[in-house]
Amino acid sequence: MSERVADTSGMDTVQPPPTGLRLAWYRARRSVKTPTPYLMVFGVALWLVTYSLLTEILKVPRFEKIPGPIEVITEWLSPDPAWGMSLFTEAYLINIYVSCRRILIAFGIATGIGVPLGLFMGWSKRFRDYSFPILETLRPIPILAWVPLAIIMFSGFETPILFLATLASLFVTTLNTLLGVDSIDESYFRAAGCLGSKPRHVFWHVVLPGAMPFIFTGLQISVGVAWFSLVAAEMISGDYGLGYMIMDSYMINTYVSMVMAMITLGFVGWATSAMVRAVGNRMMQWRIRALALEGR
Amino acid sequence: MQQPVTPTANEAPGTPATAVGKATVELKKVSKSYGDEWERQEVIRDITMVLKAGELTAVVGPSGCGKTTLVNLVAGFEKPDTGEILLNGKRITGPGHDRMVVFQETALLPWLTAYKNVIFGPNLRGDMPRAEVKKEANRLLEKVGLGEFKDKYPLHLSGGMQRRAELAQAMINRPLLLIMDEPFRGLDAMTRELMQEFFSRLFEENRRTNLFVTSEIEEAIFVADRLVVLSNRPTTIREIIDINLPRPRTFEMLSSPEAYGYKRQALEILHEEALKSFNRSGDQADFVEAYSKRMG
Repeated sequence: MSERVADTSGMDTVQPPPTGLRLAWYRARRSVKTPTPYLMVFGVALWLVTYSLLTEILKVPRFEKIPGPIEVITEWLSPDPAWGMSLFTEAYLINIYVSCRRILIAFGIATGIGVPLGLFMGWSKRFRDYSFPILETLRPIPILAWVPLAIIMFSGFETPILFLATLASLFVTTLNTLLGVDSIDESYFRAAGCLGSKPRHVFWHVVLPGAMPFIFTGLQISVGVAWFSLVAAEMISGDYGLGYMIMDSYMINTYVSMVMAMITLGFVGWATSAMVRAVGNRMMQWRIRALALEGR
Repeated sequence: MQQPVTPTANEAPGTPATAVGKATVELKKVSKSYGDEWERQEVIRDITMVLKAGELTAVVGPSGCGKTTLVNLVAGFEKPDTGEILLNGKRITGPGHDRMVVFQETALLPWLTAYKNVIFGPNLRGDMPRAEVKKEANRLLEKVGLGEFKDKYPLHLSGGMQRRAELAQAMINRPLLLIMDEPFRGLDAMTRELMQEFFSRLFEENRRTNLFVTSEIEEAIFVADRLVVLSNRPTTIREIIDINLPRPRTFEMLSSPEAYGYKRQALEILHEEALKSFNRSGDQADFVEAYSKRMG
C-alpha cells in the first residue's frame, strides 16, 4: 500500500485557541477591520439624527409632540427628572424589575411545560394524536382575546398578567419543540436502534439533543412573544411594569417617560433574547463548531 | 496528521481470531411493496440469495431499484411482505447490534464526539465492562486513524474521517454482519479511493460477513467476493458474478482482463435494465446515467 496522507491536513496544527478575555480582544481587533462596526454606528447615528430632525430641530407637524432623542436621553440621565422618571428614580427601576421578574416566571413556566410537552408530542404518536388538535385550536386565538377570561379566572393584578404571558410563550415553545423532533433525520433513529437503544435511550440521546436547535430558535421567539403579551397585559390590567409605565405616562401626558419605557423595552427584550441565544450556543457546542468551520 | 491509517494485524490484542463471529444470512423469496392497496409499488420481488460467512457480497443495480430497501430489510428496519430473512438460521424481526449498518450519509450522532459515538452502543446496552469499552474504543479510533480527533464532533470532521469513525462505531459492537449502504457516496474521488483501500484491508483482516451496496461497479468489483447485479423495479437478481481476484486487493487489479470482464458483464446487464426502463417510462435520467457508465 502506498504512502498515504490523511484528508485532514491543516487542522489542529496552530496554537490552542484563545479563551475568555483574550478571545474577546482578538474578536474585537478582527471586527474593527471589517465594515460591520462602522456600518452599525452609522446606521444608529442616521436613525438618531433623522429622529431628532423630525421632532426637535425642524419640528415637523405630527412629530412635534413626540419627545426627541436629546430630550429623552437628558431626562433619562437626569438625577432630578422633570417628568418623574429616570435612571436615578426608584419608580423607573421598579418598573423594569417587575417586568423582568414577570418574564422570568412566565418564560420559565412556559419553557418548563412547553419543552417536555413538545418532546412527548413529537416522540409519541399516540400522545400527539390526543393533544395536537387542542394545541392547534387554542394556538391561533390571539392573546388579547384571552384578557377578559384571564381577568375573570384569576384575581388581582399579578396572576392574569403571568397567565397571559405564559400562555403565549407556551404555544410557541411547544410547537417549535414538536417541529424540532420532526426535523430529526430518520437515520439517527435507525442508527440508535441498530446500536440497541431502548425507547428511553432514544428519547434522551436522539430526540432531546436532536430537537435542541429548534427548541432554542423557538425559545428566542417565545421570549419575544412573552414580552409582547406581558406588555399588552400590563397596559390593560397592571400596576407597575414597563407596559403600565407606557400606559400611565400616556394617561398623564408625560410623553418623555412613555418613550423612555418603549426604548427600555427594546433594550431589555434584546438582552433577554441574547441571553437565550447564549445559553443555546453553550448547550450546542457541536453545532457552533460546525457553523464556525463552514464560515472559514 | 501524517500517521498511516493501515489497520494493524489483528482484531484485538489477546483476542483469538475466532472471537469475531461471522454470520450466514439467507434471504428466502423476499418481496416488499409500498403504497396504498390500489397503487402498490412492488420494490423487491422474490429475492433469494445467501450471504456466505466471511464473504463480502456487493450489490449493484440501476438507480432507483430497491437497493436501500434491501438494506433496510436485512438490517431489520422494515419487514418483508412475504418470504423471510434468516441470520444463522434465526429469523430477523427487527434491528439488532449483531448487524451494524454504515449509512449512506453519515449517521454519527452530531451531538456526540467521535469517541462518545463509538462508546455509545456498548455503554447503552451495558454488555461490556466500561473499562474495556474505553480501551477498545481508543484502540479502534487509533486504528482508523482518528486517535487525535476523537474529541471532535462529527460535523467538525471531514467526510472521510466521518466514515472511518462510523466504521469504528460499528466494529466495537463485534457485529456478525456489517451492512454498508453506499458508504463512500459523497466523498471526493481521492478520499473515496483511500477509503476503498482502507476498507478492503479492514475486511481482509477478519473477513466479517459483509453486505456492500453501491452504485459504482468498479468499487463493487474492488471490494467484493461476489457481485450481485439487480434488475429494475420490481427488483430481482439478474446475475451473481464470482469475483476471483486475489486478496489483498490493489487498484492495479482493476485493470486486469478478469476485472474488465466482470465490469463488462455487469455493465451489459445494467445497460439492458436501464434501456428497459427507458422504453417503458421514458425516464431519460436512467438512460443517460447508464450510457455514461458504459462509456466511462
